[in-house]
Amino acid sequence: MSYIAAIDQGTTSSRCIVFDQSGGIVSVAQREHRQIFPKPGWVEHDATEIWTNVQAVVRDALAKASLTHADIAAFGITNQRETTVVWDRRTGEPVHNAIVWQDTRTDALIKQLGDQDRFRERSGLPLATYFSGPKLRWLLDNVEGLRAKAERGEVLFGTMDTWLIWNLTGRHVTDVTNASRTMLMNLETLDWDPEPVSAMDVPLAMLPEIRSSSEVYGTYEGVPVASALGDQQAALFGQTCFTPGEGKCTYGTGAFLLINTGDQPVRSQNGLLTTVGYKIGDEPAAYALEGAVAVTGALVQWFRDKVGLISSAAEIETLARTVDDNGGAYFVPAFSGLFAPHWRSDARGVIAGLTGYISRGHLARAVLEASAWQTREVVDAMNADSGVDLTTLRVDGGMTANNLLMQFLSDVLDVPVVRPIVAETTCLGAAYAAGLAVGYWPSIEALKANWHKAAEWEPSMDPAARDKGYRKWKKAVERTVGWMDEDDD
Amino acid sequence: MPGPIQSIQRAAEVLKLLAHGGAHQLSVGEISRALDLAKPTVHGILRTLQEVGFVEQEVEGGKYRLGAALFQIGTSYLDGNELRAKALNWSDTLAMRAREAVRIGVMHGKHVLVVHHVFRPDNSRQALDTGALLPWHATALGKVLVAFGEWPDGELQRFTRHTLTDDALHTQLNDVRDRDWAYDLHELVAGEASVAAPIRDKRGVVVGAVGISGPVERLCESPDQPPRLELVSYVREAARSVSRELGGLSW
Repeated sequence: MSYIAAIDQGTTSSRCIVFDQSGGIVSVAQREHRQIFPKPGWVEHDATEIWTNVQAVVRDALAKASLTHADIAAFGITNQRETTVVWDRRTGEPVHNAIVWQDTRTDALIKQLGDQDRFRERSGLPLATYFSGPKLRWLLDNVEGLRAKAERGEVLFGTMDTWLIWNLTGRHVTDVTNASRTMLMNLETLDWDPEPVSAMDVPLAMLPEIRSSSEVYGTYEGVPVASALGDQQAALFGQTCFTPGEGKCTYGTGAFLLINTGDQPVRSQNGLLTTVGYKIGDEPAAYALEGAVAVTGALVQWFRDKVGLISSAAEIETLARTVDDNGGAYFVPAFSGLFAPHWRSDARGVIAGLTGYISRGHLARAVLEASAWQTREVVDAMNADSGVDLTTLRVDGGMTANNLLMQFLSDVLDVPVVRPIVAETTCLGAAYAAGLAVGYWPSIEALKANWHKAAEWEPSMDPAARDKGYRKWKKAVERTVGWMDEDDD
Repeated sequence: MPGPIQSIQRAAEVLKLLAHGGAHQLSVGEISRALDLAKPTVHGILRTLQEVGFVEQEVEGGKYRLGAALFQIGTSYLDGNELRAKALNWSDTLAMRAREAVRIGVMHGKHVLVVHHVFRPDNSRQALDTGALLPWHATALGKVLVAFGEWPDGELQRFTRHTLTDDALHTQLNDVRDRDWAYDLHELVAGEASVAAPIRDKRGVVVGAVGISGPVERLCESPDQPPRLELVSYVREAARSVSRELGGLSW
């Protein structure tokens, strides 16, 4: 019997999950890495630490199931998207810490680059600090001598997929889904687009070759490395959303709603992103519309680590259940500005509706409810763009263990919320794409047969309460925008 | 039912006061002033609490603070939501392998509280019953929890002619302790069976049980036989994996 090992290089940790042919989990290993905050709004990772952790979790996951590399049919990779690293081609040493997707240091640069929609037609993305291109430009401008080295071809750029594949196999490649998050790739040609590349002044020599999401890039310890997908696209793949109109929302650090739009990119009128969903080998790419919410699970982590009212993320449900409602408090976690559908980098977080009545239980409720209301906003945008109302929301990710949140989500969306039997769809998607590439699974139809409903929550909220809650939420959101001033760092 | 016991209420007040003080320790006099109680009363309460380890003194005759035994009690409680979060992957995998519904239970008074439920993976219409209470004596989950815990007081209701009596249960719980898993056969609902195994925390204490349930014809070779060993092994493997997640097993 052989297995597929998926490597998930995430925002807070790296994991390796080994799957069997039915999509069942055989073993899991995980290591957290440091979050480096040099200044408010800046977030960095040590790429070397991440590579060390990835090697360790692969070793641990195999050891836990008493497996060797010979038992693994392929490695698949999924990763935190947009996080940007540049390294020396000769030594393999990063020239600077990786700049993480949440980092807002490129705010001023974004304003200089002009209108928010300048590259939307070509890249599918609004100009925002979120994406890799501006982060790369910042490195080129701020790391001494980097631009000259880049022009001489001595340093390489990559997102985390590229960094891992380069370390695992020696090849300098990325996949279409990760490349679609740089703002440097053209959505139609699926190649680097000269216009944004020159606007951001990026030497072409440092960019990786763009490949499909499901093919053998090389080998590691004799095992094919056979997939790369950005984490949200991997979850779409793991939820087997292969038909246009199918979609999912993943709850991790942030929340990401993606809907498959088929072989044509659809431009959003409502603040959603157009992105590549996946590309299997030589087949045409599947595109997706995406509603990206920056902070959901990260708010629960913040509540645990910085406020200290709970000692584990799961305890927030216990605390929230000590009260019946939010007591009138709303928490808008615009920690790094607001993402979809607002795209306001000048916004910062707000707790609105505070009174002397508010207890820590109410705050816990407000923290959880923030994830649901933010989802409501992107679902509304998705419905407006597609002209068709969502009838069921497929969810996944660690926060789906929170029953109170899932019920509230169903209540505010007024549609059933369904969790599939493998909540770890991100890893599963990377495993599926790698397994398809090496013939471990015969077809996407075989993968669809593995999808089963594990839980379902039905809406039960009074419509008037839902409308009032949403109205208050929107008022709270209004109070976050425009907080940052010119002289703020 | 007798009314509230005053000395326990007063002891609780003393503990709360010490807890609010944090690192700041309190003398008998300070406590007696704060709670408006006579010094000898406070002294008696503190002496008793000290004997059971709930309060400590740094030096003989010195001020009091909360004792280590209290924290051990506090941390042995495992949050049901935490258990669900830790068990998510393994209960899913169990449902996929066994092709049956999975539940995770903890004791809640005299009943089994369902803290997690995974649907049977056939995409049929099923309702989530997280938060439901099950009778312990007629379910595999309950038998595991009581076998490794305390026998709750109270009458045991007979649900079917197969529901076990007290004596039969006592014998079966011994087997459960030996085998480290439990089953029920027609005992809650005629024609239904369940299998469960214990989840242990890092001290080896049973903090929950995970199991599957379904029709006897799918779970057992024949209607009067215990569940199939293949299914038992899936359940036990899931229980071990969740225990490992809680730091309860190193292998």
